[in-house]
Formats: sequence, C-alpha cells, structure tokens
Amino acid sequence: MAENENLLELKNIVYSFHTYGGDVKAVRDVSFNVRKGEILGIVGESGCGKSVTAQCILRLNPEPPGFFSGGEILYKGQDILKMSKKEIRKIRGGEIGFVFQDPMTSLNPTMRVGAQIEEVFVGREGYSKAEVKKKALEIMKLVGINDTEKRYRQYPHELSGGMKQRIMIAIALVSRPSLIICDEPTTSLDVTIEAQILDLLMELREKLGTSIIMITHDLGVIARLCDRVVVMYGGKIVERGTVQELFYETAHPYTQGLMDSIAKLDTEKGTKLKPIEGTPPDLFSPPVGCPFAARCDYCMDICNEELPQSYRISKEHRTSCWLQHELAPQTEFKRELYKEGDVK
Amino acid sequence: MAKYVVKRVIAALLSLLCLITIVFFLVRLMPGDPFTSVKLTKEVAANMKSYYGFDKPLLLQYATYLGNLFQGNFGYSMKYTNKTVNYIIGQTFPFSADLGIRALVLAISFGLVLGIIAARNRGKKLDFICVLIAIIGTSIPDFIMGAVLQYFFGIKWGLLPVAKYLGFEYTILPATALAFYTLTSVSRVMRASMLEVVQQDYIKTARSKGLTDFRITWKHQIRNAITPVMTIMGPTVAAVLTGTFVIESIFAIPGMGKYYVESINNNDYAMILGMTVFYGMFLVTCNLIVDILYGVADPRVRIGKR
Amino acid sequence: MGEYNKEKFVIKGKSISGMESIHRPSLSFWQDAWRRLRKNKAAFIGLCIIVLYALLAIFAPMLSRYGFSSMDTSAMHATPSAAHWLGCDATGRDQWVRVWMGARVSLTIGLFSAVINMCVGSVLGGLCGYYGGRLDMIMMRVIDILYGIPSLIITILVMIVLGKGVTCLIVAMCIVGWIGSCRFVRGEVYRLKEQDFVMAAKVLGIPDFIIIVRHIIPNIIGLLVTNLCMAIPGAIFQEAFLSYIGLGIAPPNCSWGILAKEGIQYLRIHPHEIIWPAFFICTTMLALNLLGDGLRDAVDPKLRGTE
Repeated sequence: MAENENLLELKNIVYSFHTYGGDVKAVRDVSFNVRKGEILGIVGESGCGKSVTAQCILRLNPEPPGFFSGGEILYKGQDILKMSKKEIRKIRGGEIGFVFQDPMTSLNPTMRVGAQIEEVFVGREGYSKAEVKKKALEIMKLVGINDTEKRYRQYPHELSGGMKQRIMIAIALVSRPSLIICDEPTTSLDVTIEAQILDLLMELREKLGTSIIMITHDLGVIARLCDRVVVMYGGKIVERGTVQELFYETAHPYTQGLMDSIAKLDTEKGTKLKPIEGTPPDLFSPPVGCPFAARCDYCMDICNEELPQSYRISKEHRTSCWLQHELAPQTEFKRELYKEGDVK
Repeated sequence: MAKYVVKRVIAALLSLLCLITIVFFLVRLMPGDPFTSVKLTKEVAANMKSYYGFDKPLLLQYATYLGNLFQGNFGYSMKYTNKTVNYIIGQTFPFSADLGIRALVLAISFGLVLGIIAARNRGKKLDFICVLIAIIGTSIPDFIMGAVLQYFFGIKWGLLPVAKYLGFEYTILPATALAFYTLTSVSRVMRASMLEVVQQDYIKTARSKGLTDFRITWKHQIRNAITPVMTIMGPTVAAVLTGTFVIESIFAIPGMGKYYVESINNNDYAMILGMTVFYGMFLVTCNLIVDILYGVADPRVRIGKR
Repeated sequence: MGEYNKEKFVIKGKSISGMESIHRPSLSFWQDAWRRLRKNKAAFIGLCIIVLYALLAIFAPMLSRYGFSSMDTSAMHATPSAAHWLGCDATGRDQWVRVWMGARVSLTIGLFSAVINMCVGSVLGGLCGYYGGRLDMIMMRVIDILYGIPSLIITILVMIVLGKGVTCLIVAMCIVGWIGSCRFVRGEVYRLKEQDFVMAAKVLGIPDFIIIVRHIIPNIIGLLVTNLCMAIPGAIFQEAFLSYIGLGIAPPNCSWGILAKEGIQYLRIHPHEIIWPAFFICTTMLALNLLGDGLRDAVDPKLRGTE
C-alpha cells in the first residue's frame, strides 16, 4: 500500500477568474490524485484549464482576479487551501517544485543563474552558504550541465533555451522536493532538446523518486513518460486511466480525437490526419451538458442537456461520457463497467 | 563590457564636438553684438574686436576656440570686464551643483519610493493618492512651484527664508521646488515599470520558490524595474539643470543659472558660448555615466540585446 | 437510472456550425478605444477641460470690452471685481483677456510644435525603420550623436539667433524636437516589419505603399496619438520656460509664461496676478496629462476588451 500512497489529492476543485464580462470558470469540479514516485500526465488543448489547475496547486495564479469557489487540495493529508501564507511558502520550492513553460522568460535576466538556484534556500533554515553552493553545483551536474562552475556565474541570456530549461529544472529540484509540476516544459524547445529534457525527467524520477505532474498537449510526451493520464476538456476531466488503458481502450470520443489528430509512424502515406473540428467552449458561459458535445461525432440529445456522470471502467480507468450509459447505443467506446466500484 | 564603454565614450565625444561646432556658429549668427550696445567710438570698437579676435577668419576663430577649449579655457566675458568664463563658472557653479544634487537626491529617492508604494498597492486608495500626486506634480511648472512655495512657506507663514543661499534652511524651498517635477516623473516611470515586471514569468518562478513577498519585490521586481528608470536619468538631470535657471532667479541664488539668464539678456556672446559649452559637456558626461551604469545594471544591454 | 428516455440516446453527431460565433460583441479598434476612453472619467474630464479652454481662448478676447494691451492707469493692480474678472496687472491691463490671449499663444505653440515634431519624426523614423539598409545606418548614427546634445541648449541658442515671436519659437522647438519621435517611430516600425503578418503581406507581393497604409500605420497610430497628446504639455512647458527666462514672446504680446513671469514679480503684494495664470497653466497641463494617460490605456492592445 505504501507505494500507492497519495502524495497529492485534488478534490472537487472549482477555480474562476473575475473579468468584466463575468466570471470565467477555468476549472470546474476537478479531482485527481498523484501517488509517490509516479508520473501523472495532464493532457488537453490550450485553454482547457490544465495550466490553471497546475498553478492553483501552489496558488500561483494571481488572486485576484483568480479565486477558489470550492474544493480541497490535500498535500500529505493537509489542505493547502487552508494554509497560511507562511506554510504555503514552505511547500513552494521546498516540497513541490514547479517548471514553467517558457524558459526564455522564466529566469530573472539580471541575476546570475547560480544565485537563482540557491535562492530556493533563502528563508529555509539549517544551510550554510558553502553547503548551498555545493547543492547548487551538484544539482546543475545532475540535470546535465557541464562546466558547472562557469555556468554558475553566467546570466540567463548567455545560455541556450535547452540549457535554460535545465536550469529551471535544477531550481525546481534543488531542495529535493517530493513532487515537481512541469507545465509544458518542452513546448518552446526544439524536438531534439525536448527528447533530452524528457529523458532527464525520467532519469531524475529513477534517481530521486520524485513524483512528477506533466502538463502537456502532446500525447507523444504522455506515451513516453507517464504512468497515468488525466484528459481535460473545457475545465473538466473527461477521461483518466493508465497510459495503456487510455491508448488501447479509449472510452471517450475526445481522447480518440486527440489521438487521431497526430501523425503516427504506421499512418499510410496519403491518409489525411483527422483534426477535431470546431473550437473549445467559451468558459464565460460553459454549456449545460457535456462540454465536448458540440464537437462530438457521437453527440446525443442527452449530451446537450445534462452533464454525464463519471463511469468507472477499471480500477484506474474512468470516463465522463453518456456513451457508457446503459441506454446508449453500442459504439466502439462502450466498455464493461467496473463491478465492485461505485458509480458516483 | 570594455567594448561597450569605449563605444559609449566615442559617441559622447562626437556629440560634444558636434555641440561645440553648432554652438560656435550659431553664436556668430546672433543679432547685435556687445560693442554696439555700449557707447564706443568706431576705433575703440575695432580695437576691441581685434582684441577678442573677431576680425580674423571664421575658421581660424573656430580653430583657436577649439584649442582653447581643449586646454580647459572657456573664454572671456565681454560684459564683466576682465573676468574669464572659467572664473564665473568657478564662482557660481558650486551653488548650482549643491542645489542640483540636493534636488536630484530628493527627487530620485522620493520618486522611487512613491512609485513602489503605488505599484505595491495597485488599485487601492494609496495607489490613487500616489498617482494623483504624480499627475498633479507633472502639471505644475517649476517656476510656479517655486513661487507657490515661496509665497506660503516664506511670505505668508514665515517658516523658511525666502531668498539667498546661506545655510541648510535656505536650501529647503528651492531644492523642493526643483525636485518636485522630476520626482513625479520618476515615480510614474517606476510605477509603470513595476507593474510591467510583476507580470513577467520570472516573478512567478520566484513565487514558486517559496520566497517571501518582501524578497520577491526587493530582489526580483525592483531590481528589474529600476532599469527603465535609469533611461530617464539623462533627461532628468537636464530637467533639474534647466530648473536651476528659473529657481535661482526666483530665490535670488547666485548660481550659474541666474548668470546664464543674465548673459542671455545682456547679449554677452562669449559668456553664453562658454557657459553653454560647459553645460553641454556636463550633460554629455552625465549621460555617459548613466549609459555606463545602465550597462552595469542590465547585463543584456552590454552585448546589444535588449 | 431508469429515469432517462431512450430517445435521448440516439447519436446525432456534431453541431459545430454555430461554434465560431463569438459570445462577446466585437468592436473595431477605435470603437473599443473610444468606449474605454469614455469610461475613464479622469480622461473624459480632461478632454472637456481642453475643449472648454480652447473655446474660451478663441472667443473670450473677442467678447470682452477690453483690449489685451490697452492699459488703464486707474486700474493698476486692481483686484478681481465685476469689471475685471481676474483683476488687472501692473499697467492696468485686464487679466481675463490677457489670460485667454496667452492661451491662444501657448496652445498654438504647444499644438503646432508637437504636431510638426511628430510628423517629421514619424516620416523619417518610418522610412528608416521600414527600408532599413544604409540610409537607416547613417540616419541612426547621426541621430545618436544629435540625441546626445542637450536639446534645450540648442533651442535657447536658436531662439537667441532668431529673436522673439511665435514662429521663431515653433521653429526653435522643432529643430531638435523631432529626434525623439523619430527614434520612437523607427523602433516601432522596425519591430512591426519583423512580424509575421507583415512578412505574409510581403510574400504575397503586396506593394510597400499598401503594406505601410494597411498594416504599419494602423498599428502605430494609437501610440502616435498618445505620444502627441503627451508631447503637447511638454511643448507648452518649454514655451513657458523660454518666455520666463526672457526668450519667448515679445511684450506686449503675451503667453502664459510671460503672465507668470510678470505675476511673480508682484507675488508679495498682489498674489492674484500670479494665481490665475498659474491656475490655468496647471489645469491645462493636468487635463492634457489625464487625457494622455487615458488615451495610452485606451489604445494599449494589451488592455483591449478589458474594463
């Protein structure tokens, strides 16, 4: 059981932003958990709420205009939403590290990179200056930076994009947190660099036993890296499960759509990729029913009228789709539901 | 860094040469000359002209002038007989410099603080008050500010001396009047820059490190927000300097600005020329220092990336 | 579970037809800017004050029975009264008329020198930024050097050479004034030129002239208007300063700078002579600054569509 222990658990998170046109409901009733030592992927189109979800774990969204209107975020059993500012600061950097999307703008241009890594220890007791420097150099080496002493003294503009992202990862890792959250860490990098960074993350998980939340819109990254996946759409989770389940026993048309829209090696020459037509819903006034209904090839009347429940297919695999309902017609998506599991 | 400094110095020297040339030829174009205003016989006037070298070809005059400048000699006054421009600058500049430095220190320190307070309390009452002070300050010319301060604190309430420059209490009113306009522009730039920086990704990174708000503001926000303020330091020094022209005459301070205005009204060519070149050199040097400091503050500037 | 009707579980397929419709009303650039400017109370008040002052400057001297330079020895230093609304100056000239005559001069100079500087600077800066190349190289070197020269000193010298008067003032202020806007416009155009939508237009073979008119100008016009609005108070300031040190307008003509200069001499005994000119200078500045700030926010693309 120890292996399956929850490190982080989000329960029914609702997060919105105030704007002049009304509140934008960016995250609507999202729950998931992260276990020790696992890599959890969160996948979805841009604007589906995945970044907001990730950032609200550390309460990094600007508040106001952002605000929670419900839910719990349990980290090692304690609710982050009930913590004081001081307690949250201890979690940030110390317990949970964060790697941002764009390494070009995420490093302070007027500070040497060494100092930026060491800064994580500011305000944490029990480290001497020399120790902190040793840790910084160590972590730089660990994330694959050669010539650490020289790099330590450089400014961000003197480094390449891949190198900057390694520094970002070093910042997230230097205090040996139990979880790091990577918000599209490779989106702005070259494909070759992307591969290096992903390998690095896998290696670090092996070496340090760190849990990782990997946010991406790229299913390739998910397949390569993750143990379990959460698929988000329109601020809600539409499907979740292990990587195998998601890829081979897809139970939601949106997940299928995501997979159809990427090129595979075995795709025959000349066949066209199948994009998901349409655009994600406007979260100012989200639809009453299933958020994907309007773009779904399998849309039924019920989909526009009511939100689907979460159907449990296996221990890990769940989906929110009316196609799983007993009255729904037989489709490629219909699965046998998990027996002992309760249907919420 | 060395390359950057050399480049800036060369540019500054070129500006200076350009300025001296423009000043020299413009002054020769000026209407009226001091020898017509005084009752002199033609002979005496011709003698004086040759004494001051006005009968020589223009280019030769220019060359002589450049040579003199190179030796640190700004020329003679034609109104105050036998007084060199150097002598008058030496007599008056210390007052102006003293006043200017006081005003600059006041303006920069209060301006920065005001800007930071406003940005940290964005949208709240304190921000509104700071912005209001700033926008009112930018709307009051310094001669009006000087007059208002003089009227209330000096004349009406008798709290502070009205004129002359004899001790600390004499410096308060002129320095405040001089600083006010600059103060507000510094605070506006600082506020805008702080708000710009706070949206940057690296502030989020800093927050994700679990730093205190104080440290984020101090180490990340202010440090990066201050560089745009440095770009307006050149114009700021120039504004304070021109401010001394009017403030010194309002408060009867025997500084260089007052003499400059007097020599303009006296058509004292050599004096205007000498003082202008001196002012020009002074400002160009200030700009150069600011540029170099800017390079120190923002490592990206040095290699030409912005 | 049995509460659902089987009919509702018939696959109908997607309905993306209406999806691209936008939920919020779309506004053109100027509509949006105008909407936000009106919402900004301070900027709107600024605009009203400026319009009011401009009207007063045009009509007040015409409608008054006093001439701006006609002296009245019986009314020397008169305090404000029904006959002389703002009192009289040292030679018994009506201050109300003089203030609005001064406004004519000050506002004209402010507007003209700011507009001329902006036009000259924009054309040169735009050409340099858009065509680049050797012309740009040379221009930038020259401008870097000119920029290093304190502009006020040149203005003062040119004023001394040209003598006093409105035209001379405008000329003197424009000789070096365009450099700032030239640098600014060049930077903006250069940045825009590199952007994809301009590249796309170029690749399609659209002539430069059309690209400039369709793509470059609409993207910088907002900033230019804002800069113009910010430049006017600067120019009024400079005029006041030059008049104050004795270089601006020749008496008996007047400008706000002259009125302030004359008023300050009698600060101790007749404070009303400085208070009213000072009040109008300051409120004009304030109004222009508020309007400028409002305009800047109104045309800022980052703030588009927000409150």
